[in-house]
Amino acid sequence: MQIYVCVKHVPDTAANIKIVGENGFDDAGCKFIANPYDEYAVEQAVQLVEKNGGEVIVVTVGKAVAAATIRAAMAMGAHRGILITVDSQFLDSQTTAQALKVAIEQDGKPDIIFTGKGAVDSEGFQTLYRLAAGMNLPVVNEINKMELGEGKATVGHEIGGGAREVLDVSLPCVLGTTKGLNEPRYPKFPDIMKAKKKEIKQITIADLGISVDGAQSELEKLEKTPDRSGAKMLEGDVRQAVEELVNILKEEEKVI
Amino acid sequence: MATIGILIETEDGNVKDTNFGVLTAARGQGDGTIIALMMDGSADGAKDALGKYGAQKVVQLSADGADLSTSHDLKARTLAAAIEHYSLDALLGLASAQGRDIFARLAAFMNLPLASDCMAVDMAAKTVKKSHFSGKAFATIKMLGKVMLCAIRPNAIDAVEAPADAAMESFAASVQDPGLVKVVEVKKEAADEVDLTEAGVIVTGGRPIASADNYKILDECAKLLGGAIGASRAAVDAGFAPHAMQVGQTGKTVSPRLYIGCGLSGSVQHFAGMKTSKVIVAINTDKDAPIFEKCDYGIIGDLFDVVPVLTEVLKEKL
Ligand SMILES: Cc1cc2nc3c(=O)[nH]c(=O)nc-3n(C[C@H](O)[C@H](O)[C@H](O)COP(=O)(O)OP(=O)(O)OC[C@H]3O[C@@H](n4cnc5c(N)ncnc54)[C@H](O)[C@@H]3O)c2cc1C
Repeated sequence: MQIYVCVKHVPDTAANIKIVGENGFDDAGCKFIANPYDEYAVEQAVQLVEKNGGEVIVVTVGKAVAAATIRAAMAMGAHRGILITVDSQFLDSQTTAQALKVAIEQDGKPDIIFTGKGAVDSEGFQTLYRLAAGMNLPVVNEINKMELGEGKATVGHEIGGGAREVLDVSLPCVLGTTKGLNEPRYPKFPDIMKAKKKEIKQITIADLGISVDGAQSELEKLEKTPDRSGAKMLEGDVRQAVEELVNILKEEEKVI
Repeated sequence: MATIGILIETEDGNVKDTNFGVLTAARGQGDGTIIALMMDGSADGAKDALGKYGAQKVVQLSADGADLSTSHDLKARTLAAAIEHYSLDALLGLASAQGRDIFARLAAFMNLPLASDCMAVDMAAKTVKKSHFSGKAFATIKMLGKVMLCAIRPNAIDAVEAPADAAMESFAASVQDPGLVKVVEVKKEAADEVDLTEAGVIVTGGRPIASADNYKILDECAKLLGGAIGASRAAVDAGFAPHAMQVGQTGKTVSPRLYIGCGLSGSVQHFAGMKTSKVIVAINTDKDAPIFEKCDYGIIGDLFDVVPVLTEVLKEKL
């Protein structure tokens, strides 16, 4: 099987983000990781190839430093990497999807393309759909169960209200992964060393013939979400504190 | 004058309450025409409820000769046909699990910009406000396409009534399903549960809840408030709650009017999923717990002492 995994290099979820200018942030001063949802995608791809043979190729769109995220995926078992470099901190999802599509099509013939369900930095939740539409492939997102069948995959996900949906997707396809699908492995030291020798092909987005000027949406402004200034503590014994709370919620906040 | 479509979501045939905030958002965009589009449930039955929040037209959508419930791609294509047919300037809807999926399919199919999970919409400026960096920042995004597609975070916008007389219509789109994804089955696991992402009130238990059974204590309190119960990742990883109940970065994003966190330390990753709640209350034994720095009201105490008293007081006062 030839399985592609799209992995994004994102600021660590615990990192403090310093906004710079109107719509940028201090990326040099912040630790980056592989997008957490993408780890389920890498793990799934590696497991499938361990079982059925083939290779796992990681594809990343990002700055040159994003190679670190490809190495992390390689330490988990991915075989090769493709890094499509851009200069900007943010790229709209349509341009990203186009870059992924062209890079994958130039490289080989995917049986499955995995991505995470969404990126924790830009929270766009749409790149995989645009990738699938561009390649004329079916797509299902937020899968937490998967079984490979003959020419198809049977996948499951939650659809809200305590309901689950099971779908049959014909291969090749694009699948977005989320927690519950598997337990991403912690790479061991020898795996990390081996990953350093694996091949990463680096190309610029312009080399793929894609212009970054045709964006459909632009990030105009970034601002820190206002933090709450600390709680009003309700004092007294439990009964007193709770009564005061209920009064406030009812009379002042009017939320109950 | 703009024509705005609203994709209405139903549950068990009833219009979900969270749709009314979306209708209210649409009304705030100058005096345009508001068309409610329905792909499930009955437009007839929903007409009064939708009219109360300003829908001028309620359209029952169908696909020619096909059952919409069998394919999400078919739904997206039907919506695309409706956008063309009614010359919509924008389509708004809910960023629920289903809404996020259908809007992304639609955006990809029509090659239009989409803002998923947005908190505010400004059609005159063609911008939306949405969460960025897992809730740590707000982004203002300019939408450059011909039609604005916006899936709005449930409960992000307060619903306000503005009665209109809604006209009824139906529209059958001639579209074809590419047939590459088939819904095999839909299983409802817990029938009476309030959907976490759309709940108006959420009572969450963290690691100290200590067992699955103990969530009953929170459930009793949540039910009194018409709400749902949630869990932290620590509680989910310990096996006390299913992942469907997890709030946060790797769980659900919620924005209820009231969020009561019981035994939560206040981690960034948990807050990524509930920071935009209107009022946040924390119950924690540790007076120095970080959560007290980031919430509105705090009670220092053991959740096993405080929550039962809260339930009791609510029973008396509601
Ligand atoms: C990539 C990544 C993603 C993550 N995603 C999520 C996510 O989606 N959701 C999430 O929740 N976490 C997530 N986390 C984990 C997060 O960092 C925290 O570890 C987790 O939220 C802690 O859960 P907690 O508050 O329940 O437990 P703890 O941190 O153990 O805190 C328990 C708190 O309860 C108090 N307490 C103890 N006993 C009682 C009692 N009897 N009554 C009242 N208070 C008591 C303690 O003082 C303490 O403050 C993620 C982490 C990473 C790295």
